[in-house]
Amino acid sequence: MTEIARFSHGSRVPGWDEPVDLELDPAEVPDPATTDVPDDLREEIEGYMTRYPDRHSAALPALTAAQHRHGWCSPEALEQVACVMRVTPGYLAALATFYDMLRVEPAPPGTHAIYVCTNISCSLNGADALYDAMREAAGDDEAFDVRAFECLGACDIAPMASVDGTYVGPLAPADCVRIVEQCRAGEEVLPERQLARRRAADSVAREAGLK
Amino acid sequence: VSSDLLFEGIDEPGLATLDGYRRRGGYETLPKALRMSRDEVLNELIESELRGRGGAGFSMGKKASFLPKGDMDKYLVCNADESEPGAFKDRELMQKNPHQLIEGLIIAAYAAAVTRAFIFIRGEYAEVADILERAAEEAKEAGYLGERVLNSDHNLILWVHRGAGAYICGEETALLDALEGKRGNPRLKPPFPANQGLYQGPTLINNVETLSNVPHIIAMGAADYVKLGVPNSTGTKVVSVSGNVQRPGNYEVELGISSRELICGLAGGPPAGREIKFWFPGGSSSPVLTADDLDLPYDFDSMAKAGSMLGSGSIIVVDDSNDVLDVALKVAKFYRHESCGKCTPCREGTNWTVKMLERIQRGEATPMDLDIMASVQERIIGHCLCVLGDSMAMPIGSMIAKFREEFEAHMESARDAADRAAIEAAA
Repeated sequence: MTEIARFSHGSRVPGWDEPVDLELDPAEVPDPATTDVPDDLREEIEGYMTRYPDRHSAALPALTAAQHRHGWCSPEALEQVACVMRVTPGYLAALATFYDMLRVEPAPPGTHAIYVCTNISCSLNGADALYDAMREAAGDDEAFDVRAFECLGACDIAPMASVDGTYVGPLAPADCVRIVEQCRAGEEVLPERQLARRRAADSVAREAGLK
Repeated sequence: VSSDLLFEGIDEPGLATLDGYRRRGGYETLPKALRMSRDEVLNELIESELRGRGGAGFSMGKKASFLPKGDMDKYLVCNADESEPGAFKDRELMQKNPHQLIEGLIIAAYAAAVTRAFIFIRGEYAEVADILERAAEEAKEAGYLGERVLNSDHNLILWVHRGAGAYICGEETALLDALEGKRGNPRLKPPFPANQGLYQGPTLINNVETLSNVPHIIAMGAADYVKLGVPNSTGTKVVSVSGNVQRPGNYEVELGISSRELICGLAGGPPAGREIKFWFPGGSSSPVLTADDLDLPYDFDSMAKAGSMLGSGSIIVVDDSNDVLDVALKVAKFYRHESCGKCTPCREGTNWTVKMLERIQRGEATPMDLDIMASVQERIIGHCLCVLGDSMAMPIGSMIAKFREEFEAHMESARDAADRAAIEAAA
């Protein structure tokens, strides 16, 4: 059974047990004059902000974009997003610690996100061994963020994993080394086993005369 | 008994593109709907008796009719945050036939007089979100979205909004908070979203499969649609079958089909030599049923009568090679992880349930613990803002009730093993 990652104080949220420093100045919206935001990132975030009646709605897409650039939701990344969105970095930190896909631990840009589903249907088909094998295959390479993820919505290819957003399965522990190598080489991951190329079970059943 | 509506030719090459969809009559229902009055469309939806496919099973037409009339900012949000363990039907519907959803969404928005719509899709479905975005772009260029849809007086702006990984955002009010750029915490109801939802405006929230049904209802007429399925569970249902079955996948069936036909016929049943021990009829949050219940018809009312629920229509089959304790622990850990922490019974109840189950596993539990655990489940149900806690309490409660002997046997053998280990360590 895969353990949910928790900090030593028992919470999933870092800094949960750190007392507030009452001497600090109140958090402020970063000053555009002194905050350096890359132009393309600013443009992307501003694009998201125009989609919604309230600019706050752009927070999740903006943080995702910043994470893509910085590798994780670093203080610098939060500062940049906060500056464009005109919110405090604290507002964004509250989001980054809530949503699983946003990283609050340092990771280099271009980190490969490998989520191994370890929920019921996948674990009934051997996902826990798959997760262990995937961690072993990635080793201590910090360019890999291997995580036991909750149901990814692909129980038809159990056990499966999402590799940088591409769903592949069914996987065996022996496939993990190849997946990691393909990520390193910048190749497509297990093309023959990508979910996008799989036919619906319904169509197969119809052809087999079951329906 | 099986009929294809949403999954008709689902694997046709190019179906995900506008041309592919139009080639087989796509977007031909939209002009028909726009020629009808908004109330006529609404009436068709009510008379079709279409029940929401996201889990709650509430009448889609009635929900749309609850939105106040008049000129104001109203919203339609398509809930594509499919995260229920065992559910993967929306993924395939969006990936292979995104325009069916968009056409349904435009018609529903017209009926409810909504001018702004969002599809909230879970962040993990990045590939599917790309497909949806392309489809929405195509629809916009073809004049199905934007100002004056097909030269009618109906305007509609649609954006695909990606989440970032949180099961709770599938709960409709938590989804609204997430869409407003906050942590996904459920809201107190009432006010219901139909009165006060996104940005405090009246909001209609529908599941992907529900909206995908809409073009078919308008095309064939409610009178014909109600002939599909059984009374009070009309239409077809895309059912995700997974777990210990030989042919896992999505199957579209008419509601009311026998559960055995679905699990053992279409999905091939458990692997050779194995028997079905228990199954979740509606995702991991539904109370489990056993092999004795396999002959029940698969529809909303039959599942409710059997003490469970159809939910999102996701069957997880567990065979006799598995320990009920392991499955219970998986379920409990999932809900502990996903509890947003706003309500105490859910935040603490899920945590304590995991701790007690682990105690059983380690052999440190006493038989009384099962009763304590059952009472914890009872105290979660109905005491929180949303049903996330209930979603753990109901299946765990049902597992304890139906497999109590197995839990007790496990407890005893684990305790014996722990005792032996202690003696050996002392010696």
